[in-house]
Amino acid sequence: MSSQFQVVGTRPVRHDGADKVTGRALYGADIQLAGLIHGFVLRSPHAHARIKRIDTSKAEAFPGVKAVITAADFPVTPDRIVDLGEGDTPLSYVRGNMLASGKVLYKGHAVAAVAATNVHIAEEAASLIEVEYEPLPCVLTAPDAMKDGAPILHDDLRMKELGEATDKPGNVAEHFRHVKGAVEDGFQLADKIIEREFSTATVHQGYIEPHNATALWNNDGRVLVWCSTQGSFVVRDVTACVLDLPVSQVKVTPMEIGGGFGGKIPVYLEPVAALLSKKSGRPVKIVMPRQAVLEATGPTPGSSIKVKIGATKDGRFTAAQATLAYEAGAYPGSMVGPGAMCVFAAYDIDHITIDGYDVCVNKPSTAAYRAPGASNAAFATESVVDELAETLGIDPIELRLRNAAKEGTRRADGPKYRKIGCVEVLEAMKNHPHYKAPLEGPNRGRGVAVGFWFNVGLPSSVNIAVNADGTVNLVEGSTDIGGTRTSIAMQAAEVLGLPAESVLPSVVDTDSIGFTAVTGGSRTTFATGWAAHDAAQDVVRQIKERAAALWETTADKVKHSRGVYSCNGKSATFAELAAKLGETGGPVVGRAAINPRGVGGSFSGVITDVEVDPDTGKTTILRFTSFQDAGRAIHPSYVEGQMQGGSVQGIGWALNEEYYMSADGVMQNSSLLDYRMPTSLDLPMIDTHIVEVPNPAHPFGVRGVGEANIVPPPAAIANAIYRAAGVRMRRLPMNPPAVMEAVWRKP
Amino acid sequence: MHKKVHVQATINNEPVEFLCEPRQSLLECLRDILGLTGTKEGCNDGNCGACTVVLDDRIVTSCLVLGVEAQGRKITTIEGIAEGHKLHPLQQAFLENAALQCGVCTPGFLVAAKALLDAEPNPSEERIRLWLANNLCRCTGYDKIVRAVKQCATEVNA
Repeated sequence: MSSQFQVVGTRPVRHDGADKVTGRALYGADIQLAGLIHGFVLRSPHAHARIKRIDTSKAEAFPGVKAVITAADFPVTPDRIVDLGEGDTPLSYVRGNMLASGKVLYKGHAVAAVAATNVHIAEEAASLIEVEYEPLPCVLTAPDAMKDGAPILHDDLRMKELGEATDKPGNVAEHFRHVKGAVEDGFQLADKIIEREFSTATVHQGYIEPHNATALWNNDGRVLVWCSTQGSFVVRDVTACVLDLPVSQVKVTPMEIGGGFGGKIPVYLEPVAALLSKKSGRPVKIVMPRQAVLEATGPTPGSSIKVKIGATKDGRFTAAQATLAYEAGAYPGSMVGPGAMCVFAAYDIDHITIDGYDVCVNKPSTAAYRAPGASNAAFATESVVDELAETLGIDPIELRLRNAAKEGTRRADGPKYRKIGCVEVLEAMKNHPHYKAPLEGPNRGRGVAVGFWFNVGLPSSVNIAVNADGTVNLVEGSTDIGGTRTSIAMQAAEVLGLPAESVLPSVVDTDSIGFTAVTGGSRTTFATGWAAHDAAQDVVRQIKERAAALWETTADKVKHSRGVYSCNGKSATFAELAAKLGETGGPVVGRAAINPRGVGGSFSGVITDVEVDPDTGKTTILRFTSFQDAGRAIHPSYVEGQMQGGSVQGIGWALNEEYYMSADGVMQNSSLLDYRMPTSLDLPMIDTHIVEVPNPAHPFGVRGVGEANIVPPPAAIANAIYRAAGVRMRRLPMNPPAVMEAVWRKP
Repeated sequence: MHKKVHVQATINNEPVEFLCEPRQSLLECLRDILGLTGTKEGCNDGNCGACTVVLDDRIVTSCLVLGVEAQGRKITTIEGIAEGHKLHPLQQAFLENAALQCGVCTPGFLVAAKALLDAEPNPSEERIRLWLANNLCRCTGYDKIVRAVKQCATEVNA
């Protein structure tokens, strides 16, 4: 670690650590309020059906029940397009996913909700709600949903094509295209062209804490919400929008959040709890059962992808073409957009065409999942690149280096890279002991792959108040999923010249801090950390004024270095000046509210060794090394933690996880026993290698590390399986039956 | 309404009495009746381990135990791991090794890991992974959790 910093790059104990190892930290489901009652949501047994009639009278009469609601309880407002942080969406779709109206579009779709004195009574009462359905044929994959004559989810949906509205009905919400150069000309220059088709199953983010929400529709008309969310301001804005309230009438208090990975950006329960509270006059808590979490939240899209890449004999890519069709689930808005941005993002190629299709199917409305859409796309691209390397007789890392994106490379979707670390990540992989270590033994193979995620900026606000004892209180609005209180506080500490422990961070409610966008897009340490940097600079500026007042000089003459302020031979520490705030003008509060530019994308890579059991097809990960360009690792332990966590989610995606659907659209594995995520026994240690190519735009060079690490694992494992078992796996998951089938089909 | 049952148990070395419905799980009783919310619900069907507690001398998922089954028995939850203000060495090792991210699985891991070290003071990596295999963590990939348990065992035995 470079010595230019005192705090950045160190590994302090996280500020909320004691709370989290003693069970004292309060998560959403832990809240207790006077008069609290409990909600339960009734869900559709059908994947696609018309709701003919709902009769809630028996549930309402059940002893202990305080309120029953359906979609009819939403305020009556004309449909309109709203942008609630995830693009333009009709309000009817936002409400429709919270409580179905007219039709149910997936098994598990919310239909009604009950609040009662305890959750068992609410559940019993919900079973008494009579819903008459007219079942409709369902469609479950993008290719099927794109066929003529497929069952149609939304009668009012018209395809947007190449940016223009059309009058084409169907399940394709959008078809877009990115073009760079002339792809056919590029393929003419190639000596070798490989084109392959891939598919990936629907997978879930798999956070351990189920969704939950508690709401009180207060007697003054304000709606108070406590919940687990990646974005308290998103919850505020969505809740206000669907309930037709001004945003100031909703206050959201974010509780600790037990994992999100993108899946706790959408709002499912908060407005439902609020409506139940309005009707009952009591605060209402809803905790989603795990089955509902799997059947009605999250998942990230299954996809069908075709990738074609042409290369010269000496390994220069001349052209690349991709067609990506992603399942949006019940409502438009799959992650095909970011998938298309990332599919060839690691390479400098002159001629590219990318087509993306956003396709509605009768599965839950999909959500972001850690670099959403990019893992699917990289599985395809990195598999084809591996096959090209083999065909051309070039080392797979060397082939990637010959084509690596660098400063000045323009992506097919438009942006031109500033300083990026793709080459540095590849060099680190090439020079790593893992890549040089021999891999011996039968049925074993080594695979590599790289990945990219662009990261986002978005607004963040931070206030810092100076305490008389020389510490500061830092308040911010980014909910802390993985130690960001500390990575944000450390950036303020670095500016102030204080130890990390002297900055006391708190995540506060939406009344108590300026607008702050979601914890997502790898943005929190980047953007809220930047705001902390700026707020700390504001403190330094004010402390200089106070020192100037004491020393009877002007602030511009006061120097600050590592917590010591000086002028003309006089000097004082931050703590000494903090103790004199009363006599120099009163409290000091620094603040920053920013909407940063200069996002630095993050590249990642994986080297993995696997062994494939020839009798069962089971793949065992023997060794796994994750590489990622952090820009600057503020807290290296938590950077490593992000890399390890993303790697293991990628391993689960590669080898086990999938929504196993019946033909009529019912998930057959809707428990954590059958939706099998990796356990400690399935894995080796996950080695990490942090690359630091500082982002020139950020005060400390931060890029953000939350996401890119999940992009390469499925492809790297597929490439390793090929070398272990001689089969190219082009469908995820690569579970034992899939590998055995491929082995048996091998010519 | 279901008639409530009177239950007496020892929880974290304190005698405790409570009333619960026969259908309520021990997890519900701990969280909703006794206010011990450190024990977490992740799945309510015994598959994630977030609600792990020690019942007499066995680790159990408290969502699969009925509250009434606690009658006359000893229970240790995450709230009973530290000794007053002094963190248990495992809790300290988790902090020093950054063995938690979101932290919601952490109580279950700590209870299970303590049971392991009580039974096997110097476990191999394989034994640690086996003992913790009923506890799902989606954030860490387990690496730093396994290291924390190992470091704690090494230090305590040194």
